Amino acid sequence: MSDKETGSKKKRGKRGQIQIFPNWCKGCGLCVEFCPMKVLEQGSNGAILVAHPEKCTACRWCELHCPDFAIFVTEISAEEE
Amino acid sequence: MNRVLMQGDEACAEGAIAAGCNFFAGYPITPATEIAEVMAHRLPQQDGVFIQMEDEIASMAAVIGAAVGGARAMTATSGPGFSLMQENIGYAAMAEIPCVIANVQRLGPSTGRPTSPAQGDVMQARWGTHGDHPIIVLCPSSVRESFDLTVKAFEFSERYRTPVILLLDEIIGHMREGVELPADKTTLNVKREQTLVPPEWYKPFENLATDVPPLIPFGEGYRYHITGLHHDERGYPTDKVDEVEAWTARVYSKIKQALSEVLLYEENGIKQADTLVVAYGISARSARHAVEMARNRGRRVGFLKLQTLWPFPEEVIEQAAERIHRIIVPEMNLGQLALEVERVAGRRKVRRVNRADGEVIKPEQILSAIEGMR
Amino acid sequence: MKTQPESKVHERYLRHSKKFPNVWCAGCGIGIVLGAIIRAIDSLSLDKNDVAMISGIGCTGRMPVYVDFNTMHTTHGRAIAFATGLKLARPTMKVIVVMGDGDALAIGGNHFIHAARRNIGLTAIVVNNLTYGMTGGQYSPTTPLGARASTAPYGHIEPSFRIAELAVTAGAPFVARSTVYHVAELQKYIAQAISTQGFSVVEATSYCHTTLGRINRWGRAPDMMRRLKENSVTVQQAEKMSEEEKKAKIIRGILSDRKDIPEYTELYREQIIRQAKGEKA
Repeated sequence: MSDKETGSKKKRGKRGQIQIFPNWCKGCGLCVEFCPMKVLEQGSNGAILVAHPEKCTACRWCELHCPDFAIFVTEISAEEE
Repeated sequence: MNRVLMQGDEACAEGAIAAGCNFFAGYPITPATEIAEVMAHRLPQQDGVFIQMEDEIASMAAVIGAAVGGARAMTATSGPGFSLMQENIGYAAMAEIPCVIANVQRLGPSTGRPTSPAQGDVMQARWGTHGDHPIIVLCPSSVRESFDLTVKAFEFSERYRTPVILLLDEIIGHMREGVELPADKTTLNVKREQTLVPPEWYKPFENLATDVPPLIPFGEGYRYHITGLHHDERGYPTDKVDEVEAWTARVYSKIKQALSEVLLYEENGIKQADTLVVAYGISARSARHAVEMARNRGRRVGFLKLQTLWPFPEEVIEQAAERIHRIIVPEMNLGQLALEVERVAGRRKVRRVNRADGEVIKPEQILSAIEGMR
Repeated sequence: MKTQPESKVHERYLRHSKKFPNVWCAGCGIGIVLGAIIRAIDSLSLDKNDVAMISGIGCTGRMPVYVDFNTMHTTHGRAIAFATGLKLARPTMKVIVVMGDGDALAIGGNHFIHAARRNIGLTAIVVNNLTYGMTGGQYSPTTPLGARASTAPYGHIEPSFRIAELAVTAGAPFVARSTVYHVAELQKYIAQAISTQGFSVVEATSYCHTTLGRINRWGRAPDMMRRLKENSVTVQQAEKMSEEEKKAKIIRGILSDRKDIPEYTELYREQIIRQAKGEKA
């Protein structure tokens, strides 16, 4: 997990696969607001959508800041993408 | 013969140690400070822990924390501190934490008169904390009883998983008497009950037939939750009415089922009596003399000395009241336990003898009540 | 064919028999602090049987019931005093006390400063959201001067405590402050605090968008999270700032890390028990 919170440009190659656990997600919007790569969006019904999965760099901001343990990132190497 | 000259407060501390007390948290307050001082000296000799906390609220909290950690824990205080402890005593009642609280009563209210005796905290011992809850309150009337009833307090607190309050007063606490303490004190040691189930099956508030689920100390592999909120059998907060009712029924039943063992008193001469004196604590000493004087004058007087104040021993009073038409209740307050006697025996039969000025009730005062002069 | 998903850290520490999601408002920082605590404990590979989590009353008070440790939800302001008793009875346990700012510093202030002075081996994690959230946004000892609160409709006239600095001056050997935005840093400080023998304090600055935030129109959770990011500086940065500049800033970092004060239960064993039993020191 990178120590810097500002989500500066990651070296290419690290990719993440995002998993949302809808039962626990309360739609607070923190992950959408602060995802450095703008991967996530919030639907009109409040649900969080992985709008641009290919952009995820596995920085895990969302996972570490989710107050409800409702979003996870599994690192995948570039080939698996 | 193990005869020693001992102070009441000291006997309370020694009784606690004999019962296996290994944790004391307290705060200086006349007339209870001596208990803390004896504990500070004696507990470390038994690998026990003494700590003087920053106030009585913290002292009561630390006692509960230590009891949850497996200690046999106690605090001691007087009126002002007893008032501060009420909220956490309520927590101990809700979470059914075994612990002992000695309250060496002094003349109140407020700062009152710290070095004068009184019995003005009887109702506070029962109803001092908010909400309905059972409680056990014992009351010694001698230095030896201060020792014995402290042992009983620990026994009852562990056996019924409940806070137990000891009501001493300034005289019982400060006076010295020659006492013979039990030579072999090992038999008095109170063990905490173990569980028969593995951790995954353990419920710290289980509605068992015995009503008293064992309390397994923290740190022994049984990870569970304790809260002041109403809770289910696992200790998790609940707002379900049936679970609140189940808790309430159980905690009251576990004391009710134990009345024969918990209600301690001494009586003599009730069968042939036409008058009965009911007394406790310091007032029981004057009452005993008054009864003797009255009997020397041919009066048929019964004497009932209560050592358990709460739960109130209704039956023994009720039975006596069937034949006896005058019940005298001397107490160093303006009528507190008398309210219970009146409730059970009927107000017309009860003569109150009250002093709340810091002076002990004299035997003569009780004698004149016995002879109906007053 | 892989059926079971990859196990996640929190699954090993949350109580399966408790109803999730947790009780806190959507976006509340308390859940973030809980995550940081869990990851900190995991990084130290502590035995769950040796960990106790004690809380007082308030939103933070509802945290221990969710975790699979030895947990107690005590009375308002008194968690540290309960924890002191537990620590004395079980000196080898890691005892963590979680409180809100009101719980720890208003009604609990007396116990907070004495535990620091006494240096009893506890870790106090104070989630500072500048208000009493559970009861609807009244002002607390850390509500900013001039802010509105449900009990300060004309603006708050009391200066606020600086929790971490207060802990340092009261004698706590390890004191750190971070925010729920800087969660990796927060987790590191929590791990360091838990590993400290004596009384350690971590102030986790958070926010309450539901009550105080709404009363002051400070926005939703993401807006208040952004204020934490933009409004905080490190201790090192703060040294180069004037008093005036520093006033409005959240100063993050380790404010005290001393090893020279013996821990209470050790001192009790070394000095008191030993002397009482006539053994030579």
